[in-house]
Amino acid sequence: MNSVPRQRLVVIGNGMAGMRTVEELLRRAPVRYDITVFGAEPHPNYNRIMLSSVLAGEKTIDDIVINPLSWYAEAGITLHAGDPVVGIDAKAKIVTAASGRTVAYDKLLLATGSKPLMPPLPGLELPGVVAFRDIADTDAMLKAAEAKQRAVVIGGGLLGLEAAWGLKRRGMPVALVHLMPTLMERQLDVEAGGMLQKDLTERGLHFFTQGQTERVLGDTKAEGVVLADGRSIPADLVVVAIGIRPNVDMGKAAGLDINRGIVVGDDMATSDADIYAVGECVEHRGQVFGLVAPIWEQAKVCAARLAGDNVATYATPPLSTRLKITGIDVFSAGKLAAEDDSDEEVVFRDATKGVYRKLVVRDNTLVGAVMYGDVADGGWYFDLIKGGADVSDMRDRLIFGQAFADSGCCGGAKAGMDVAAMADDSQICGCNGVSKGAIVAAITEKGLTTLDEVRAHTKASASCGMCTPQVQAILSFVTGADAAAPQAMCTCTEHGHDHVRHAIVDQRLKTQDAVRKALGWKTEDGCAKCRPALNYYLLCAWPGEYVDDYRSRFINERVHANIQKDGTYSVVPRMWGGLTTPDELRAIADVADKFQIPTVKVTGGQRIDLLGVKKQDLPAVWADLNKAGLVSGHAYSKGLRTVKTCVGSEWCRFGTQDSTGLGVKLEKLMWGSWTPHKVKLAVSGCPRNCAEATIKDIGIICVEAGYDMVIGGNGGIEVRVTDPLVRLSTEDEVLEYASAFMQLYREEGRYLERTAPYVERVGLAYVKKRILEDDAGRKALYARFLFSQSYAQNDPWAERASGGVDSHEFQPLAVVS
Amino acid sequence: MNDWIDIGTLADIPRLGARTVDTPLGEVAVFRTNEDEVFALINKCPHKNGPLSEGIVMGRKVACPLHNWVIDLNSGQAQAPDEGCTTPLPLKQEAGRLYLGLAAGKKVAHA
Repeated sequence: MNSVPRQRLVVIGNGMAGMRTVEELLRRAPVRYDITVFGAEPHPNYNRIMLSSVLAGEKTIDDIVINPLSWYAEAGITLHAGDPVVGIDAKAKIVTAASGRTVAYDKLLLATGSKPLMPPLPGLELPGVVAFRDIADTDAMLKAAEAKQRAVVIGGGLLGLEAAWGLKRRGMPVALVHLMPTLMERQLDVEAGGMLQKDLTERGLHFFTQGQTERVLGDTKAEGVVLADGRSIPADLVVVAIGIRPNVDMGKAAGLDINRGIVVGDDMATSDADIYAVGECVEHRGQVFGLVAPIWEQAKVCAARLAGDNVATYATPPLSTRLKITGIDVFSAGKLAAEDDSDEEVVFRDATKGVYRKLVVRDNTLVGAVMYGDVADGGWYFDLIKGGADVSDMRDRLIFGQAFADSGCCGGAKAGMDVAAMADDSQICGCNGVSKGAIVAAITEKGLTTLDEVRAHTKASASCGMCTPQVQAILSFVTGADAAAPQAMCTCTEHGHDHVRHAIVDQRLKTQDAVRKALGWKTEDGCAKCRPALNYYLLCAWPGEYVDDYRSRFINERVHANIQKDGTYSVVPRMWGGLTTPDELRAIADVADKFQIPTVKVTGGQRIDLLGVKKQDLPAVWADLNKAGLVSGHAYSKGLRTVKTCVGSEWCRFGTQDSTGLGVKLEKLMWGSWTPHKVKLAVSGCPRNCAEATIKDIGIICVEAGYDMVIGGNGGIEVRVTDPLVRLSTEDEVLEYASAFMQLYREEGRYLERTAPYVERVGLAYVKKRILEDDAGRKALYARFLFSQSYAQNDPWAERASGGVDSHEFQPLAVVS
Repeated sequence: MNDWIDIGTLADIPRLGARTVDTPLGEVAVFRTNEDEVFALINKCPHKNGPLSEGIVMGRKVACPLHNWVIDLNSGQAQAPDEGCTTPLPLKQEAGRLYLGLAAGKKVAHA
């Protein structure tokens, strides 16, 4: 036993800075302190930076929790969340919380963060005005977004832009008011700021730059804002995101030296030697903080001091900035522009591609970088800035990035990062403050081999994910696996998907066991990653011969319904081309009544979803639907989902062809097929494209002269507009060409790869070669598709409703009471 | 003291699959591996209560259908780096029949 009694550490502030300090402290001195943490918010510690991703719907609150409540318990930390501290008696060394609780300390850590900066505007107190600071603010914004109201965001910096984009993603019309002429003027130069504004305007945001907000409109709630030049912008939600200011309340309460923030020295101690402060509440050498990298550094130094290290000192590292808006890449570090005659600017601009780079060089060293569009080299430039390296011998190539600058030629052989040349303390993951050295150490000490493992153990690239390519490159470098080598299907094998598929066909492997034996699988019966893939590859290669293995299918495909978060299922009957009849609708209504199905919803694929069906009811639900002629819509499958149509020439005054009829024909031809991932089609009757064919896997757009076939679109997370493939003149041609492309994708797409990444991987030229330039090859693909379909088109619901297949799936084995 | 309750035969469970048993403890998932071993777990993933009986069985593990956590059938432990545990229950095979160990005093009715 340790004979020295533990000291008491009280932490005020349960945010990122405070808990990072505690984590570092526990690593250094796990038993030195009894730790008590007070937090004003009723939540465990979460990643505040990622609130913008929560707002944009890319992450949930659960996803951004850094330390769950169990972590506090395991570390022996007493957490009082939702109980803010209201008083500090620095003489008696006691803190008092709102609840009246008092706790004595030996050392006190202030990590109270910042408050949103609120301008002195009339109307700010109205309901409907929020800041963008915490989970409560985010919730308020999400609620407003649900009501599809209009929003105004005041502030065109990082936070304001991320808030605006998140609200836009949630479907709100959004206007953004910014005081300065260009966006993010503290991080971007005029050129990059202008490009950013142009891109975001194209994405539907409205900007009011050089806009000074004068007041918020409204009597009982916010109704808009008025600008000093008289412009007024109606809105139901006003988000103020013009900046932050250190929250110094606790520092004042303790009688500490306060300037803009709580003043700390290089040792992170305040004017009271037993009180430390870290994060956005502090001021160090006249500087206050808002970005995460320097705060991690403060946490490290503060923890070292608390652990008894008397020499650790803090110095603000150079800062870099990135914007978290999906699809918009911005990076900046150091100086934004030449400051005098001895500074030089090197600029690269490709307006068509939307790429811009500016480097600022001073005395043969790089002192600043601004990048827009392609930011892959951002980390490398940042390292050059931090290291102060002499860049004179690569100056003329510097602007083209690392691969080019290092190789001195066209770079092809050495594209990507030079991991070997990178210093161990180069920061790779800004969100989690993980250096190259830490990643390398985790890989070697723990024998990590996959990106997921590296994420799990180091948190690198686990937050915003922007550094994934760098982490991957380090992994390849350390493990010696060739970066160009295909990724293994899973940990059961070192073979990639393409190799396995070729082996199945070349060696005529016809069962999963045969594949696993022939290719040296490390596991007897595979895993949840490779089994579904092998099952699909075998089904595709040997139609009519291979027997589908239901134990290798995800639950949705096994029970032909979609599992929901509460363990119930959703059922979607097929509506051919989106057409239905009164009888079908009556049957659906009757089923919903009879089985007390709580939610009935029209889907985006023009059919009806019955949600909340109990598993044991599924066969009876299917039997009733079957009786009305309805069959499975395969809304759960890696296979053909829907063929969406508009009404076309039958009714529409603009329709050029019978788009509905063609959609029905396509769906009747393709339903039941299994594919690497889901496949959605659409047929529009004219170029107005009401069926949204240009974001489908296969789209047909009817024109007077025939049918334009487009491929490889996607409306999901990564929106991708289709590539035009060919104009056809008859419906029969459409059926043939569409089937041929479908079969090409079935034979070459990797399991869980949609057509969009497939087309990007193989290239449109390749698809054209196979489908357009090789008539015999196309006809052979079409024939193989038809052959495969002759075994695929059995309604899975009918098979199960009749009790013929898997009846055991739907009943418990026994009931014990 | 456990009662050993007859819940059916090995053949009632598909290889690499699972069936459920309704018990006073809630739903119990009974798994059968490729090697015909059987295991019983409370049918709730430690992550978000996903029904483990609906997952893909591999070796002596099952992947939860909701978010792919991998749970050890013998111990109920989640595979690292995920952390958590679901409760394993005693299960034995005798002469082709399966017996689930539950606290004394329970009866059985076959579904």
